[in-house]
Amino acid sequence: MAARVIDSSGLESLLTALRRSGYDLIGPTVRDQAIVYDHVSGTDDLPRGITDTQEAGHYRIEERSDESLFGFNAGPSSPKDHLYPSHDELFSARREDGRIRFTATVHPNSPRFAFIGVRACELAAIAIQDRVLLGTEAVDLGYSSRRAGAFMVAVNCVEAGGTCFCDSMGTGPRATEGFDLVLTEVTPGAEYVIETGTSRGAQLLASIESLPAGPAEEQRVECGISNAVRQMGRRMETDGLQALLVDNPEHPRWDQVGDRCLTCGNCTMACPTCFCSTTEDRVTLDGEALRSRRWDSCFGLDFSSLHGHSVRASARSRYRQWLTHKLGTWHDQFGMSGCVGCGRCITWCPVGIDITEEVAAMRGQVS
Amino acid sequence: MRDRPKLAVWKFASCDGCQLSLLDCEDELLAIAGAIEIAYFPEATRAVIEGPYDLSLVEGSITTAGDARRIHSIREQSASLITIGACATAGGIQALRNWADVSEFASIVYAEPGYIAALEASTPISEHIDVDFELRGCPISKRQLLEVINAFLHQRTPDVPRHSVCMECKARGTPCVMVRDGVPCLGPITQAGCGAICPAYDRGCYGCFGPSESANVRALAAWWESLGVPGDALVRALRTFNAYAPEFREVSDDYAQRA
Ligand code: SF4
Ligand code: SF4
Ligand code: SF4
Ligand code: SF4
Repeated sequence: MAARVIDSSGLESLLTALRRSGYDLIGPTVRDQAIVYDHVSGTDDLPRGITDTQEAGHYRIEERSDESLFGFNAGPSSPKDHLYPSHDELFSARREDGRIRFTATVHPNSPRFAFIGVRACELAAIAIQDRVLLGTEAVDLGYSSRRAGAFMVAVNCVEAGGTCFCDSMGTGPRATEGFDLVLTEVTPGAEYVIETGTSRGAQLLASIESLPAGPAEEQRVECGISNAVRQMGRRMETDGLQALLVDNPEHPRWDQVGDRCLTCGNCTMACPTCFCSTTEDRVTLDGEALRSRRWDSCFGLDFSSLHGHSVRASARSRYRQWLTHKLGTWHDQFGMSGCVGCGRCITWCPVGIDITEEVAAMRGQVS
Repeated sequence: MRDRPKLAVWKFASCDGCQLSLLDCEDELLAIAGAIEIAYFPEATRAVIEGPYDLSLVEGSITTAGDARRIHSIREQSASLITIGACATAGGIQALRNWADVSEFASIVYAEPGYIAALEASTPISEHIDVDFELRGCPISKRQLLEVINAFLHQRTPDVPRHSVCMECKARGTPCVMVRDGVPCLGPITQAGCGAICPAYDRGCYGCFGPSESANVRALAAWWESLGVPGDALVRALRTFNAYAPEFREVSDDYAQRA
């Protein structure tokens, strides 16, 4: 279907239609001085007229001079928090008549999420998690059921943030796949060009009032996206990156970043592609056991504990592991980079360690 | 059925808050009492069953010569010994006196300071005896206490992660207070366990669970400086409940000297 145009009441109708179809709307909203993904019920919950400024280890929200609903960039949370939550039950076990009985946790009526305002980098991150969590025999059942039910209303970025570099990673700022519908806010808070990605998206769009988009509107979409490309706050040169990292395990830069790194794990928790988790068993005193999955991080010592000792004892070796996997060996393992250029690890590192700066330094481009 | 293991709960210099966490396990207390024989727990009951004990929980730090002797006899009577809380694992808030003159404190506080015979320093239990497990926190987390008792009963390693508070903070979806608001937070160098409560209420972490497994205190201190936190404020932040933990102590000493 060709591009259409909707106004703000059209957007409201879209959200209402999704809600009526039984979707739980997850969209950007202001909470705790940040724009986070949370449950929303309509456009009133969206961050109207609010933007963010982002730098390494620095995030602030502030008022815009317009009424834009999507005038901000990737925030502290991502769709991962809902599709692959920090804690998820796996199975329970119980001793019965001298035998152990296992019961898998079923996710039959998992919430059907409709994500509103998902950015191109986030769609790319979901595609990576699909590859990791669904692409082998070891399917994550919880993720699988939540993912299968999810509806995606994407938004093309017409502005980029201080730590964004999707353009370098080839993942944005234009959403090209993985959405049911994609919006571009061509007049802040008032007018949206809407395109379809799937037939269910087209069906939904047909159920609300819209006008055909003319060349003028399409031109404004292109202008907005080019504007975002120009505004990219960061860039990363990816040519030969795999080899650069894999071939330089003793580069002195690892020592320098190891001195600064707190091994706190914030980067991995905030990263929309990081998937590592561990299992935890809760056993009641009468012997019923419940196994769950919880997020883990390569910045923890237990993560690489083999036979009672951590093989990555230093901060240097843990940071090196993270970066080399994310940008290098991820290609060998999954046939793609593990980084989509969203900038979260830069903004949310409490001491402002910057993945793009580390790569530039490895290339000898930073003093 | 084999006899229930015998539990003893001991107190040294402390506020009793950690022992209370055990009594606070209201819903689980009956199950605990069913699985374990509470043999010695003066905070809860006057009835005393003689040792030896299968499991001893020790609260509090060593601050007197008598305590320093008593802890050895407790170790001898205990098959497993677990210390609980910041006092027992790091010397507690009373270890602030390790930087001061105890006799001066005593002369200000007590009418007859002559009766006070305290050691110069408040020290963790592990400086005096071998300890099987240290459960951190000021106070300890009830959930982790149950986990430790449970692990002991099932003879497995307790699931008590030693990574940072930040991991819990992110898991509960709190946007970092240091990044979003410049609030100094000790979370990145503090061991998890509390569930990252303070950042969820817009406060920086106070470090109640002591240094995390690989705390890079110096790097965080440098960042705090860049946020405009004065050196003496950093010293005060590091010198609270776990002031005497070596990782915190080293850096607070450096900054105190510079001031
Ligand atoms: S590594 Fe950093 S920039 Fe790349 S996807 Fe993860 S959080 Fe985003
Ligand atoms: S990285 Fe790109 S797609 Fe993601 S928020 Fe920034 S500009 Fe938008
Ligand atoms: S790079 Fe930053 S966020 Fe990641 S572990 Fe190190 S200090 Fe924490
Ligand atoms: S608020 Fe504190 S504990 Fe939470 S992520 Fe930030 S630095 Fe870590």
